[in-house]
Amino acid sequence: MHRGLAAALALLLVAGVVKIPMESALDRDQQEAGFRTAELDFDMRERLTQMTFLAALSGLRALVADMFWLKVFTRFENADWGRMPYLLDTVTSLQPRSELFWDLAHWHMAYNASSWAYHDSDLPSEALRRKAQEEYWELGRGLLERGIKNNPDSRMLWERLGGLLADKFEDHCAAAEAWGQAASQPDASPYAKRFAAYELARCPGREEEAYQRLMALYQMGERERKPTLLRLLQEMEVELDIPMEQRIYKDSSNSQE
Amino acid sequence: MSEAPRTEALPHAFFSWNRLWAIATNTLTELVRLRVFYFLLIFALLLIVGSLFWSKVTFQQQLQTLKDISLGAMTIFSTLLAMLATSMMLPKDMEDRTLYTILAKPVPRFEYLMGKLTGILLLLGLAILAMSLVFGVTLGVRYFQVAQQLQGELGGATSELMQPSVEALRAEVFDPDLLIAIGLLYLKAAIFAAITLFLSTISSSWIFTVMMAAIVYLIGHFQGEAREYLMLTSDGSWLTQGFLGVVVILFPDLQLFNLVDDIVVGAGLPLSLAWKTIALGVFYFFIYTAASYLAFSSKEY
Repeated sequence: MHRGLAAALALLLVAGVVKIPMESALDRDQQEAGFRTAELDFDMRERLTQMTFLAALSGLRALVADMFWLKVFTRFENADWGRMPYLLDTVTSLQPRSELFWDLAHWHMAYNASSWAYHDSDLPSEALRRKAQEEYWELGRGLLERGIKNNPDSRMLWERLGGLLADKFEDHCAAAEAWGQAASQPDASPYAKRFAAYELARCPGREEEAYQRLMALYQMGERERKPTLLRLLQEMEVELDIPMEQRIYKDSSNSQE
Repeated sequence: MSEAPRTEALPHAFFSWNRLWAIATNTLTELVRLRVFYFLLIFALLLIVGSLFWSKVTFQQQLQTLKDISLGAMTIFSTLLAMLATSMMLPKDMEDRTLYTILAKPVPRFEYLMGKLTGILLLLGLAILAMSLVFGVTLGVRYFQVAQQLQGELGGATSELMQPSVEALRAEVFDPDLLIAIGLLYLKAAIFAAITLFLSTISSSWIFTVMMAAIVYLIGHFQGEAREYLMLTSDGSWLTQGFLGVVVILFPDLQLFNLVDDIVVGAGLPLSLAWKTIALGVFYFFIYTAASYLAFSSKEY
């Protein structure tokens, strides 16, 4: 063998052995920091064509996800809801750190598809239509929960979960928890804490805690004194039989002191 | 009769930055003159500008799509540039007989090789810089358009409702991690150029080099899987273990530089992690460059 080539191969062998622990450590650090968490496994291979799978592997995962999102968009335009969950699952699996994909995916399922299912004249009975609608709600909820698992500090996804649980499932206790999580994020929306208190006020058995939270918000000043907060406070003062001197509303009329 | 003044030969330096720079700039000039590279650059620019129109298709994710397409195009073109420019470098010098002229002079082979590689790095740097500038301008223009659109849609909303949307939009555009992402793209292209250079020193034609480089690029993206399998499994046949061992030792793990896909959707890259990734990239670069020199040093021309 060529002397120089032999020396080059010897160098690559030695460096190759040295680099293995470095690569393993960096790989672990990147995964722990939430990078490259997309599962490009055999399941994904079956969903993608050979070329798109190779492209996804070669650093073009975001582009492949966008390409599949265009398909989602086409299905959405054609109201082809039945095939959408599969595509949405592919997109979100390719880009699990994209909050936007999780958000839009849940919106399509829980709001658009569910509404379409409820008004689907092909389904013969109200019960079947409602069942289909609820299945889409569940799909939307599942997407949001998986999105949050991949992005636990996402203010937006916690807010969306809070909204979905309250609007569709009427699970105000769980919605309060979700809004609470949204409010605890560093980039929390100014209204998140208030919404958490609103939902808690509708959660059976936690009225006392809700009242305390609403009062705390009320005492923060004019900025927090929104019509819903005032109405809920008034209702809870009556419901919890708050002593008159501690009430915001001293009588049963709506006049605020 | 007066004695003629004696001219003393200047001592020949073993290494000269001036000589290296001369080779590098010459290489850059040669590469820039090749029309194929202009074509690639223009195509990349078209793709980035064209993404403006594509992004209109998907409402609410216009900026993300624009970033995905732009950085994806930059990945493709920087990789292609690194592979094609490097693989053509030595065969072209041999064909033009420039290689023999240079090596006949007191220019160490190390200097020649480093000069050539520096030229490639300069070309890649210029190409990525040009694409980044177009990307930045496009993103800026799109930001103002989307911001105006948002203002129109939420015009009646209170500032409390509008504020998170505006802040999220701003954070998506003015994200310093995008610069790190572009830096990682450059690093990956530089590593690939060093690998292609090594292949070029041991192959006889540039087509063979291109094919080998493409294979190395693909295997480099599976190297992590092979390493994991090798470290976690012990019940494979000796043939499998041996093959995977060769892959793990000889090939770089190129997946470790694919952080752009996550950065582009707003995943913040910790500085320590960025430095570790850069350190491994620099290590790869020097190892493959050194291997190229060793293979090139004793080759007869």
